Amino acid sequence: MTAILSRLFGRLPIGYLQLMHNPGRLLAALAGVAFANVLVFVQLGLSGSMAESVAIPYRLFQPDLLIVSPAESQTLSDAATLPRQRLFQALVHPDVTGGTPIYMGRSTWISGHDASSSIQFFGLAPDAGEFLHDALADPLISLSLADTALVDTLTRFVDMRVFAEAHPEAPVPFEMQNRQLGAIGTVSIGGGFGGDGVFLVSDQTFFQLFPQRSSATPSHLLLALAPGADPGRVAEELAQIYPPDTVRIRTVGAAMEQETRYQMTERPTGLIFAFGVAIGIVVGIVIAYQVLSADVADHIREYATFKAMGFRQGFFVGIILEEAIILAAIGFWPGLVFSALFYQTLAYLTNIPIFMTPERAVAVFIGTILACAVSGVMAMRKLAAAEPADLF
Amino acid sequence: MTDAAIEVKHLDHFFGEGEARKQVLFDVSLDVQRGSLTVLMGPSGSGKTTLLTLMGCLREVHAGNVRLLDQELFDADEGARIDLRRRLGFIFQAHNLHDSLTARQNVMMGLQVYGRGDPKHHAVAADHLLDLLGLGQRLEYLPGNLSGGQKQRVAIARALVSNPDIIFADEPTAALDKVSGLAAVQLFKDLGRSRGTTTVMVTHDPRILDLADRVVTLEEGRIAKDRPGSARGNGAAGSA
Repeated sequence: MTAILSRLFGRLPIGYLQLMHNPGRLLAALAGVAFANVLVFVQLGLSGSMAESVAIPYRLFQPDLLIVSPAESQTLSDAATLPRQRLFQALVHPDVTGGTPIYMGRSTWISGHDASSSIQFFGLAPDAGEFLHDALADPLISLSLADTALVDTLTRFVDMRVFAEAHPEAPVPFEMQNRQLGAIGTVSIGGGFGGDGVFLVSDQTFFQLFPQRSSATPSHLLLALAPGADPGRVAEELAQIYPPDTVRIRTVGAAMEQETRYQMTERPTGLIFAFGVAIGIVVGIVIAYQVLSADVADHIREYATFKAMGFRQGFFVGIILEEAIILAAIGFWPGLVFSALFYQTLAYLTNIPIFMTPERAVAVFIGTILACAVSGVMAMRKLAAAEPADLF
Repeated sequence: MTDAAIEVKHLDHFFGEGEARKQVLFDVSLDVQRGSLTVLMGPSGSGKTTLLTLMGCLREVHAGNVRLLDQELFDADEGARIDLRRRLGFIFQAHNLHDSLTARQNVMMGLQVYGRGDPKHHAVAADHLLDLLGLGQRLEYLPGNLSGGQKQRVAIARALVSNPDIIFADEPTAALDKVSGLAAVQLFKDLGRSRGTTTVMVTHDPRILDLADRVVTLEEGRIAKDRPGSARGNGAAGSA
């Protein structure tokens, strides 16, 4: 390794040799860098999981436009209802080829002894398959049978294996809202951070489960547009049809993006995750700084000797950055492995969509290099104490 | 170009500022001829080390003139002083070897100061010099595994490997036994004769005086005595 690095740097790899010379300090430094990496990965993982949780319900639908009430319209699940009349008004537009209402409600499923799960219900017309993800279009038709549901295999706190064989001809019974329902199929959605699972039912079943809700006040409206129609232009023209401030019209993609941004930047959880990332970075910088500055302090006479010999500042910068990059490059891997295991464990225990992505791994690796380089730059101030005249 | 490697004229030096300012050198003038071996002597605090660091470009010259290898040091900027230091060899009483580098690698550092070069050539030069100093069997040893005398010989090799024009040494033989100490100083002498390498050495070792061309004694920041060494007559000398 020394020969390879010598060839690479065009000089002896003093930073590498210094680190290897003190294995105890090296291990402590690597553990520190790995720990900081784990902190950052955990926060980024949770943050990414939240963003993924936001996206999953949106991905169930594939309409061209989504219409919601302007009140509490930041999130899909919290939006207020709006009059179904808005759907009929939209259908007047020549580029709107179809539309369907969605009804959303939340209920607690007491599934066992002390087990309960918060379930998000989506009520849709069974013939609204064209507005749903392709894989859901056919199962949706089966929901025309009264009191049937597509249940979420990723529902937390419930052993969903009993629903594995659920089929329209062999519904698996379960009880919710004091009603006997039959699972006729499964979906894999997951509750994310807002609930424990997502069930799909027909609009008629939805009204049975939530009798206080009316078909006249859906949660959202989905619109399909003619091929080639510009969703942005149609949204603007539809806005002219409606009374001011009575609807909010966006593409599903835009709605998802805005809710993600809202969750990440305005809700406490998003800010907590961002703060956690910052803490992880600071911890990493501090640990690397402690190691590098201690190493400089321990070799201050040797550095002063090098100064006396005529080595310039760039040489010392090179040594310290060499150490910083080695710490980052080696310390990253145990942090990555531990974090990936942590993700798997958390996903297994909670069913939240948390997983390692190559983009995140690369970003954290680059961030680790930069953080350690910052530590190195800070540690260089100690070099000022290396005064060659004091050696005599 | 003069025959003097070092010319010191009316040199004063101070430490501290304001009321705490203390003068440590008073009107020191000294020429050191190329190829000579000059010994600086004097009691502790007499200013010999300060003089050595001023001549070695390790401190800024405040008052007076120091001309080193035909370059004036008064008002010389740090870059110019670094360039000059690359032409010098330093041997410190505390060897200051890098603890994570082997004997060979420590000596190679004396060549790597000039930037990228063939590491194999550097290693060959380091090995040759270490062998000359009796450390041919210790090339791969870390300083922690060497005796005090062996470390000092590695430090000497590090200073000499780049063929410096001037060697500044502070008690270079303090950690060496009689034979090794005399061999090291004889090496400086040989370099003076063969390559014109100038040596300025602070020492209290009376054995060295026999090999010195000149012995300068400082007392309270002034040159108290300046006499030829026992070796005078070999061709190298100086004047104050």
